[in-house]
Amino acid sequence: MTRRSVTIVGASLAGLRAAEALRRQDFDGPITLIGDELHAPYDRPPLSKQFLAGDWGEDRLALTRPDKLDDLDLDLRLGVRAASFDLVSRRLGIVNLDDGAGDRGGEELVVDGLLIATGARCRTLRGSEGLDGVFVLRSLDDSLAIRAAFGAGPVRVVVVGAGFIGAEVAATARTQGLEVTMIESLPQPLSRVLGDAMGAVCAELHREHGVDLRTGMGVEAVEGEGRVERVRLSDGSVIEADVVVVGIGVVPNTEWLEGSGLRIDNGVVCDATCLAAPGVTAAGDVARWPNQRFGEVMRVEHWDNAVAQGAHAARRLLVGDGEAEPFVPVPWFWSDQYDRKIQMAGRIGPDDEMHIATGSLAERRFAAIYGRAGRLVGVLGFNRPRQVMRYRMLIESGATFEDAIAAEF
Amino acid sequence: MKIVVDFDLCESNAICMQIAPDIFEVRDDDFLYVLNEEPGEEDRVRVDECVQRCPKQAISVEG
Ligand SMILES: Cc1cc2nc3c(=O)[nH]c(=O)nc-3n(C[C@H](O)[C@H](O)[C@H](O)COP(=O)(O)OP(=O)(O)OC[C@H]3O[C@@H](n4cnc5c(N)ncnc54)[C@H](O)[C@@H]3O)c2cc1C
Ligand code: SF4
Repeated sequence: MTRRSVTIVGASLAGLRAAEALRRQDFDGPITLIGDELHAPYDRPPLSKQFLAGDWGEDRLALTRPDKLDDLDLDLRLGVRAASFDLVSRRLGIVNLDDGAGDRGGEELVVDGLLIATGARCRTLRGSEGLDGVFVLRSLDDSLAIRAAFGAGPVRVVVVGAGFIGAEVAATARTQGLEVTMIESLPQPLSRVLGDAMGAVCAELHREHGVDLRTGMGVEAVEGEGRVERVRLSDGSVIEADVVVVGIGVVPNTEWLEGSGLRIDNGVVCDATCLAAPGVTAAGDVARWPNQRFGEVMRVEHWDNAVAQGAHAARRLLVGDGEAEPFVPVPWFWSDQYDRKIQMAGRIGPDDEMHIATGSLAERRFAAIYGRAGRLVGVLGFNRPRQVMRYRMLIESGATFEDAIAAEF
Repeated sequence: MKIVVDFDLCESNAICMQIAPDIFEVRDDDFLYVLNEEPGEEDRVRVDECVQRCPKQAISVEG
């Protein structure tokens, strides 16, 4: 398959790694990389960790070095948003956000290969959008704003949602000595993914570090005059707040593809090889594809997936249908909270069989493995990175749950 | 090429070991050991993949 040129929309983790993969595959045609942020591609995980804590500066976030970026020989268009695409004519409408031309201005490119890597954005809490002091966390600018708010004195922080991002923000705020209340609608943090028992371990971790964690609790309203003053909960109680960080999940950035002819359903729908349509692939937080290893259609919001899928979707553009390989990763991610490194690989469901393979819940240093229908399907580790990776390899090799229990690492 | 690991950044999550077990190994003590600090050109693609897949950006390559 020869491709004259490739256009990548979304100049962040998946998009940049895709561009690098194209060059590694010796693709020497023009590559256009379009991104609506003004910053050069940067890494997001530190935004809730070291960068938010003020331990790292912006220089530590760069996803590549300027000389390496030059070597890629890209037509890099930052501050440019893709506004529309038409599969038949292959016209991509773009808007330059700099020149204030608004949605009607802009320009049209005719693209050959298209790789969609527009990621996701945060869900917001309805009714809180106009208030100062209410934040979400996705971008460098978001993190800078929260960092400034945290630094403004002994502020009272309310974190809405005890998912991984919310939990990391709470941990960072506590480490800075701020007063933190975290509100979670589930009976335990992450219980939908990890089950109640593991959710309780996460809850304990935060309570021990002084977080006032309220579970099984909804937010009725975020109130204040121009600036947030309090959060009203579903049980009628009221919490005074100076800063509210909302971490209630993300939605894929697909609006610009409405009417494009591509199938959009909670992400860009792809086949097993990451192909969304002839000459169009998708990768990262925005992509939904059937992972044949698990027999499950998934959209994965993890760093490692964006890297691997970016490269896979890039290669997919360069090969014919006959040579295309399915993308069958064992998803893996990490989350750092206080001095705990939480890592998970595979697919864990609340109904899976669970076995503590090493360590103990009490010391919060363990690896727990999960089985379903006799197969090893997942592993969760607290400060057990090496074991998590060993079990991940076992999952890749299709091991039975019994073999995994017998294995010693 | 020479492999340099910033051990202050490395968190021993063994992503690199999964890609190139003959070059990187995380041992029982939970530390990463570089088994081959100067692999040959034939390993460049795999080593590059390790550089990119390392979530802590702890691996770099000289030469
Ligand atoms: C605070 C934070 C902490 C995280 N921590 C971890 C962690 O510890 N472990 C882990 O595994 N994962 C973590 N993640 C998740 C990880 O960062 C994401 O999975 C990863 O960033 C996904 O990369 P992506 O390139 O697919 O999407 P994104 O990073 O979302 O990038 C998409 C890019 O496309 C741009 N874009 C969107 N629409 C358009 C358009 N129409 N035109 C042009 N450009 C557009 C966006 O502005 C953005 O720059 C974290 C994420 C956040 C936000
Ligand atoms: S991938 Fe990076 S952080 Fe993980 S063990 Fe290797 S060098 Fe260390």
